[in-house]
Amino acid sequence: MQILEGEGVTKYFGGLAAVSKVDFHVDQGEIAGLIGPNGAGKTTLFNLISAALVPKPGTIRFKGEKITGLKPHKICRLGLARTFQEVKIFSNMTVLENVLLGSLFGCSTGMSSADASREAEELLEFVGLSAVRTTPAKDLTLVNQKRIEVARALATKPELLMLDELMAGLNPAEVAQAMELVTRIRDKGITIFMIEHVMKAIMSVCDRIMVLHHGEKIAEGTPQEIAISKKVVEVYLGE
Amino acid sequence: MDITALTSRRFLVPGLITLTVLATLPLYGSLYTVILITTILMYIILAVSWVIFSGPTGYMSLASAAFFGVGIYTAAVLMPNTGQLLPLPVVVAIAGLISGLLAVLVGALTLRLRGIYFAIFTFGLVEIIKQVLLYWEFEVTHTRGRFVVLVDNDTVFYIMLGIFVALMLTVYFIRRSKFGLALQSIGENEEAAAHTGINVTMVKVITFGISAIFMGAAGAIMATRWTYIDPYIAFNPLFSFMPVLMAIFGGMGQLYGPVIGAAIFAYLQETLQTTFPYYYMLIFGIVLVVAILYLPNGIVGLIQKLIQRWRKGGSAEQNANT
Ligand SMILES: Nc1ncnc2c1ncn2[C@@H]1O[C@H](COP(=O)(O)OP(=O)(O)OP(=O)(O)O)[C@@H](O)[C@H]1O
Ligand SMILES: [Mg+2]
Repeated sequence: MQILEGEGVTKYFGGLAAVSKVDFHVDQGEIAGLIGPNGAGKTTLFNLISAALVPKPGTIRFKGEKITGLKPHKICRLGLARTFQEVKIFSNMTVLENVLLGSLFGCSTGMSSADASREAEELLEFVGLSAVRTTPAKDLTLVNQKRIEVARALATKPELLMLDELMAGLNPAEVAQAMELVTRIRDKGITIFMIEHVMKAIMSVCDRIMVLHHGEKIAEGTPQEIAISKKVVEVYLGE
Repeated sequence: MDITALTSRRFLVPGLITLTVLATLPLYGSLYTVILITTILMYIILAVSWVIFSGPTGYMSLASAAFFGVGIYTAAVLMPNTGQLLPLPVVVAIAGLISGLLAVLVGALTLRLRGIYFAIFTFGLVEIIKQVLLYWEFEVTHTRGRFVVLVDNDTVFYIMLGIFVALMLTVYFIRRSKFGLALQSIGENEEAAAHTGINVTMVKVITFGISAIFMGAAGAIMATRWTYIDPYIAFNPLFSFMPVLMAIFGGMGQLYGPVIGAAIFAYLQETLQTTFPYYYMLIFGIVLVVAILYLPNGIVGLIQKLIQRWRKGGSAEQNANT
């Protein structure tokens, strides 16, 4: 079943088509990858899905329901959460408060604050940040700030989680941990859609990969198919 | 959460003492003192109300004079010297509600503006309302200004004190609530807040409305003290700038920062205005520039730093002795 589907999704910045007539879908339960050279339009596509931007034209459906035109907080509450390429945390709040906000506001079913705190604590444990729960978020290293974003997104109880370059800027050991985290999230039954430049990571964890180039989708398939696709090798992997 | 509980207990006793001293003021204070403290409370209310919204969100509102002025005019309409239409507390409440509704309306239209545009628009609001009222009085009612029922000074003082207490309780509960956490997150990173499920527009609009309620209520009660008001008096731009300056001067990191800033500022203004009627704005300006240059966290920040240094000095001495 397709949990997310887009039809003719387009976004112009002035005269530049950052995303151009892209049809895409994500299947329930899979880890889907999105790759492409710098400036290909990957982050823009995520922004269109999470309603940071509005496609013009194009429609996006989530769980069969049209979500184009909804506000970001509505989309989050429907069960579609995301992280950001440039980390966007609440710097002067504690790590716990960052995650707690997700539990308190992110799901459509209201939650008592006691339940919300307990859930936030569990998620900190899940991403390995329990030890720094009362530290201000700004004092953490990049990798830990990215973990805050993941935990905060998970706190909103998503069915689909979109990760924008979770592994960028991490050292090899941290990349390995991040890959393990991604599979653990999928094992919770959460579908994942991820943008990544770290090829080793994307090729080994993804079930299916889409390739963007100059705003257009140029290929789609299993990691094996993408690795040997002539077009993809030409524009991207061949660099 | 534990921290808020602790700080609340730390402030409970001093808070209650201050309140008792203030509540009994008319019994032992001179008339002049009662009037002075009423004015100081008014400025504290304006500064703290301004901080409720602009502090956590970082949106620089210059609409305070508009909400304050709407409160003043509401009182003028409902309590003309020709005959009071409603009891004073009701008038104050209505004035607060009207200002609050105006803020909700304006907020819904303008809170998508960021930075300097929001500041300019909110300041424009003061001028727009003033001009509309001038036009109305000139063309429709053919009057200039209005006279308000005179109310005795103790009553004015007690109502002002009541507004102040209600405001402090509101701030306290907002800070402790999940709404307050959402508000803070908007100031930290609005985009992330929206993508975490927070209805950022609604939180901002409601907060803007709450802050305007107190400004409007304070305006209504001040109107009874001024007795004559016109659009120039009611919509004086100074009431947009003063709260901002007082909050910065006092320091916005702690709730009592704006309170202390407003108290000192208002006291200086009242005394300087009588001793140096021509130079007081200049003296003010200099004090402010010095404060901004040398006290990035305001008076309260300075005091905290001094206390820290003193404590450190004390413990160093102890170490030397042992
Ligand atoms: N808000 C914006 N305003 C104008 N142009 C933009 C905006 N956001 C992105 N662009 C442009 O759109 C194009 C696509 O950008 P996007 O960030 O989606 O690329 P990306 O595939 O995520 O790249 P990277 O791998 O570097 O993150 C780029 O040319 C970028 O300069
Ligand atoms: Mg990107």
